[in-house]
Amino acid sequence: MSEIALVNSPNVGLDKTQKGGPYVNDLSTLNLGPTHPATHGIFQNILTMDGETIVDAEQTVGYIHRAFEKIAERRPFYQITTLTDRMNYCSSPINNMGWHLTVEKLLGIEVPKRAQYIRVIMMELARLADHIVCNSILAVDTGALTGFLYVYQWREHIYEIYEELCGARLTTNMGRFGGMERDLSKVAIEKIHVLLAGLPKGLKEFEGLVMRNRIFMDRTQNVGAISAERALNYGFTGPNLRAAGVDYDVRSLNPYSSYEDFEFDVPVGTKGDTYDRFLVREEEMWQSLRIIQQAMDNLPEGPYHADAPRYYLPPKEEVYKNMEALIYHFKIVMGEIDAPVGEVYQSVEGGNGELGFYLVSDGGRTPYRLKFRRPGFIYYQAFPEMIKGSSLSDAIVTMSSMNVIAGELDT
Amino acid sequence: MEKLNNQQIIEALQKAFGEHAIYGIGESHGILQVTTHVDQIVPMMHFLYADPILKFQFLTDLAGIHFPEAKGQELGVVYHLHSLENNVRLWIKAYAPIEAPNFPTLTGLYAAANWMEREAFDFYGIIFEGHPNLIRILNVDDMDYHPMRKEYPLEDATRHDKIDEMFGR
Repeated sequence: MSEIALVNSPNVGLDKTQKGGPYVNDLSTLNLGPTHPATHGIFQNILTMDGETIVDAEQTVGYIHRAFEKIAERRPFYQITTLTDRMNYCSSPINNMGWHLTVEKLLGIEVPKRAQYIRVIMMELARLADHIVCNSILAVDTGALTGFLYVYQWREHIYEIYEELCGARLTTNMGRFGGMERDLSKVAIEKIHVLLAGLPKGLKEFEGLVMRNRIFMDRTQNVGAISAERALNYGFTGPNLRAAGVDYDVRSLNPYSSYEDFEFDVPVGTKGDTYDRFLVREEEMWQSLRIIQQAMDNLPEGPYHADAPRYYLPPKEEVYKNMEALIYHFKIVMGEIDAPVGEVYQSVEGGNGELGFYLVSDGGRTPYRLKFRRPGFIYYQAFPEMIKGSSLSDAIVTMSSMNVIAGELDT
Repeated sequence: MEKLNNQQIIEALQKAFGEHAIYGIGESHGILQVTTHVDQIVPMMHFLYADPILKFQFLTDLAGIHFPEAKGQELGVVYHLHSLENNVRLWIKAYAPIEAPNFPTLTGLYAAANWMEREAFDFYGIIFEGHPNLIRILNVDDMDYHPMRKEYPLEDATRHDKIDEMFGR
C-alpha cells in the first residue's frame, strides 16, 4: 500500500537531490505497442516509467475498430451473426448464440430443448477454447512454453468439432434463429466423447506443470490485483470479477438456453490477482467439461430447430420442390421480413464476462440501434490502475491474464 | 427475502423525486424502463446506488441513441443498471436536443462510465459535462463528425454502383 502511495505521489522521480546523480529518478516514457509480441493484439500503452516501475499508463484503443454497430443498422438480422463472430474471436460460438437468443427474444421464438442443449455444448466448448488460449498463453508469457503445447492440441480438437457442426473454425457463424443449422453428426458426437475422455488428462498435465510451479507462482501472485469493490465499480464481469471474489455468473443468475438444467459450480478467487484469475479459469474449464458431460448424457430427442418458417431457412430440397419454401427462402435471404417493434436486452456469459446485446427495433428489417456490451472493453479501462507501481514484466502478465481480445475491445 | 419487483422501484423513485420526475414508464421482457430529465440523472443514480434495498450498484452499459424525428430530444442515453443483489435490471433513459446534447458525467459514481461515455461522445457527440478525459476512443482523433448519427449513410456517397434496394440493404 505504502509503495503504491509513494508511486502515485506527484513528486516521485523529481527529487534531484538524491544520491546517484540527477538522472537516476527521471521518468521515462515507454511505448508499449501498438504491435508488440507480448500483448497478443493491437493495444497501445504509453507507459510512464520510473526505472523499472510503472508510474502511469495511458491506453489507446480502436486500432481494429470496424464500426460493427453502424454496419448492423443496415443489415438484416441474420447477417449480423457474422459480425458477432469477429468480436471475441476466441469463443465466437458464444457470441453467435448470444445474438440468436437476443433476436429470438424479440421475435418470441421458442427454441426446442435439443437445440438448447446443443447450444450449451457448443458454448461450453467455446469457453474451453477461450480459457485454454488465455491460460496457456499466460504460462507462455511467464516463460513456460511446454504446458501450452499439451493443451493447445485440444483447442484444435474443439475447432474440429465446430467444423463438423458449421463448417468453419474461427469465425463460426453457428446456429440460426430458432435453433441450429444442423444436428450433431455422428462424427461430432464421437469427437465430443474423445474430448471428454482426453482433455482432463491434458489439463491435469498442464496444471501439474504450471499451477504449483514456484516460478509461475512468484510471477503471478499479488500481481495486478484488484479488490472486489473496485472490480464492480469498473464493471468487471466474468472470470476477472470472480477472481476478485464476486460470484456473478450470468449462467447461474439469469439462466438462458436451459443452463438451469445443469449442475455446475461457480469458482471464485479471493485476491483478484493474476494467479486467482488463472485458477478461476482453470476451474471453469473443469466445470465446462462437467456441463458438456451432462448435456451429452441427457441430450433430448426431437427437432434441432424451431418451427419458425418466417425466420428459419427451409431445407434446400424443399426450396426446389415447394413454392412456399422457395418464397420463404427468398424472403429470408433478401432480408425482407420485418421484425416486430421492441427493445430487448439479452446477455450471455462470454469467455470474458457478460456479453450483452441491446437491440432496439423500430419494426424494420434491420435493427434501429444495436449496442454490444463487450466485457473486454469495459474492464480494460482498469488496466492502468492495476499495473501502477508494478514492473513492466508484471504489466505484461496482468494484461495476459485479463484476456483482453482486440476484436472485442474495438468491435 | 422477497424479490424486488418493478412496482417497488417505481414507487421508490416517485417518492424520492416526485410524481413527474419519471415518465415513459414501461417494461420490456421484464426489464423496467423509465425516462427522466437530464438534470435528474445524477441525483437519481446516486439514490439508486445508495438505497439500502434497491442497490443498483452495477453499471452494465451505457448506450447512446439518435432519433432525428424527435425534435428537441434527438439524442438519448440509455443507462443499463443492474442490482446484482436483487438480480433486477433497470433502464434509465434521458434525452437532450441535438444542438446542446449535454449530459452529466457518471464517472464520479461508476469508474466504468469513463470509456462508455467516451464511446457515446465519439459516436453520437454527446457531451458529458465533468468527464475527466472526454476525447474520442475508437475513431481517429481528427474525425470531424459523429458517425453513428442517423444522417450519415453507411455507404460511400460517391458510389453509384451499389443500389440499396437491389442488394437488399
